[in-house]
Amino acid sequence: MAKCGSAKDAVVIGTDGLDALIKLLAKDGYDVIGPRVESGAVVLEPVDGVDDLPAGWADEQDGGHYRLTKIDSPAIFEHVVGPHTWKRYLSPPAQTILRARKRGKGFSVEEVVDAPKYALLGVRACDLKAISLQDRVFDNGDFVDKGYFARRNKAFVIAVNCTRAAGTCFCVSMNSGPEASCGFDLGLTEILTKTKHVFLLAAGSERGRKAIAELKKKKQVKAAAAADRAAAAKAVDAAAKSMKRKMRKDAARLLAANREHPRWEEVATRCLSCANCTMVCPTCFCSTVEDVTDLKGKTAERVRRWDSCFTHDFSYIHGGTVRRLRSSRYRHWITHKLSTWHDQFQTQGCVGCGRCITWCPVGIDITEEVRELGKRRT
Amino acid sequence: MADPMTPEPFRIERVSRELADTFTLDLVPVGDKRDFDFQPGQFNMLYHFGVGEVPISISGDAGTKGRVTHTVRAVGTVTESMADLKKGDMVGVRGPFGSTWPMELAEGHDVVIVTGGIGLAPLRPAIYHVLANRGKYGRVAILYGARTPSDILYREELEAWSARLDVSVEATVDTAGTDWTGNVGVVTKLLPRGNFDGRDAVALVCGPEVMMRFTVHALNDQGVTNDCIFVSMERNMKCAVGFCGHCQFGSRFVCKDGPVFRFDQIEDIFRVKGI
Repeated sequence: MAKCGSAKDAVVIGTDGLDALIKLLAKDGYDVIGPRVESGAVVLEPVDGVDDLPAGWADEQDGGHYRLTKIDSPAIFEHVVGPHTWKRYLSPPAQTILRARKRGKGFSVEEVVDAPKYALLGVRACDLKAISLQDRVFDNGDFVDKGYFARRNKAFVIAVNCTRAAGTCFCVSMNSGPEASCGFDLGLTEILTKTKHVFLLAAGSERGRKAIAELKKKKQVKAAAAADRAAAAKAVDAAAKSMKRKMRKDAARLLAANREHPRWEEVATRCLSCANCTMVCPTCFCSTVEDVTDLKGKTAERVRRWDSCFTHDFSYIHGGTVRRLRSSRYRHWITHKLSTWHDQFQTQGCVGCGRCITWCPVGIDITEEVRELGKRRT
Repeated sequence: MADPMTPEPFRIERVSRELADTFTLDLVPVGDKRDFDFQPGQFNMLYHFGVGEVPISISGDAGTKGRVTHTVRAVGTVTESMADLKKGDMVGVRGPFGSTWPMELAEGHDVVIVTGGIGLAPLRPAIYHVLANRGKYGRVAILYGARTPSDILYREELEAWSARLDVSVEATVDTAGTDWTGNVGVVTKLLPRGNFDGRDAVALVCGPEVMMRFTVHALNDQGVTNDCIFVSMERNMKCAVGFCGHCQFGSRFVCKDGPVFRFDQIEDIFRVKGI
């Protein structure tokens, strides 16, 4: 992957500088969305300043397990990824896409595009990769999703390099982290030593360079020392090295070759078909539409909502549901994510964020399922 | 195509009752709309105001500009409410979408059309095309199966084609009373008697998946190879442009890679249950 944000040009800001950046973006008309603690989890919601960020919180993650723990540290980005993903903003869970009005015996239809100007603060490398994968989905060579790109093109992206891996992370084996190397306006790395708490800040775009220039005017920026760059690189490297889970390199081939396999029946005995994995997945893009009218039946709207391939309705056609069995639904999901996605979009469909493992109520582990499939070939 | 995500209003010019649960809508664009161009095999998303949208194959003649025809079977919320529509009412149309029957590729070869039930609707544009360009094709066989004689779609047209000397038409039904003098049995049984050369034929197939599975076997028995067999697939569809994910069939999106597939390109997944 090409390096877009050069660490050489990086500067250093403190927590005050980060606060100034958030306020600067808000002043520029951005809705700044970042990590904050709500209901015992780090979620991605509007933030007004650095005080809203989850300082002193770390997450404990494993299959079917997520706990936030208070740590004796001022670190702001010690947590990794939570249940929310950025698709919540770029491809929202419910969006009105059409509005129709009765006119005489007929009607008129107009397209609706709702595109707020977002600044996404704290986009991890895996999630940055996921955004680039959704870019490909919504510009598939034949059709372009205008609403998605209206939001996407406005979005100001502030990446954060991971200096800690969660228990379910496997981005290294997916070649999508823990360092964000491309596709951001600004890239942050938190540096925390006994004597200082700063952020290495690199620009990845012209917009990013302008933001740094603004921060300079506010005297929030210092030159980065070689020691700062080394400390940042070391922290990211340590996160990579501590990662315990990994995906088999031959996952795409294995899944394509094993559409019939006893493991599908086995995983179906554990899978609850709850759709959690698809809701927390940063690349899952499936949606449905609901057509609704007002009480008088004069105006109608079409609402596009996230959908999941784990429901019966998803594959229903007259005569029945195509993926009637849970085994076939799980097989579809994992095969799409890791194999057929390559055929469809010439890219990977999984970024190794580990959310599907953490948020699966029974802890089904996508890396383990592929491993097991590889063990018992049919 | 105008905006592929936004339905355009079309006025219903005619409603024809075909069968107890099946009707045909002739639609014309409203206002200063251009001609509606499509190729045989393609479909539109039809929108009924406030109720919803459904993917429906185009069943009319691609040679007739300015009008688009759909044959709809009332089997769900949207199609059942569409059954109440009358001449002069409006529906929304997005499209045309999807792949097409291989009308050019089939030129110079025998054409065998095997369909069941409402599967005849997406094949009717292909039949119109072949008949309008009759000299470009070899022998033409239309083999059609329905549940009972009263379920035979486009019966008058089938009888008219049957009367032609340059087309062979065979129809069969699963069950019939004594007033039926035709074939009884599954459509695949008609294949050995079909007037075509299997080694030089292109087959166009549309029907329920189980029917298509047996038809492919029966075609193979007649010497038609899988790269000369084309099938039209059905899957749940919401967007028709590859964004909603519903219509995935292995790695294919039926909405934009299909609905018409060359059979050898999908045969590895076609037989997998629940794919």
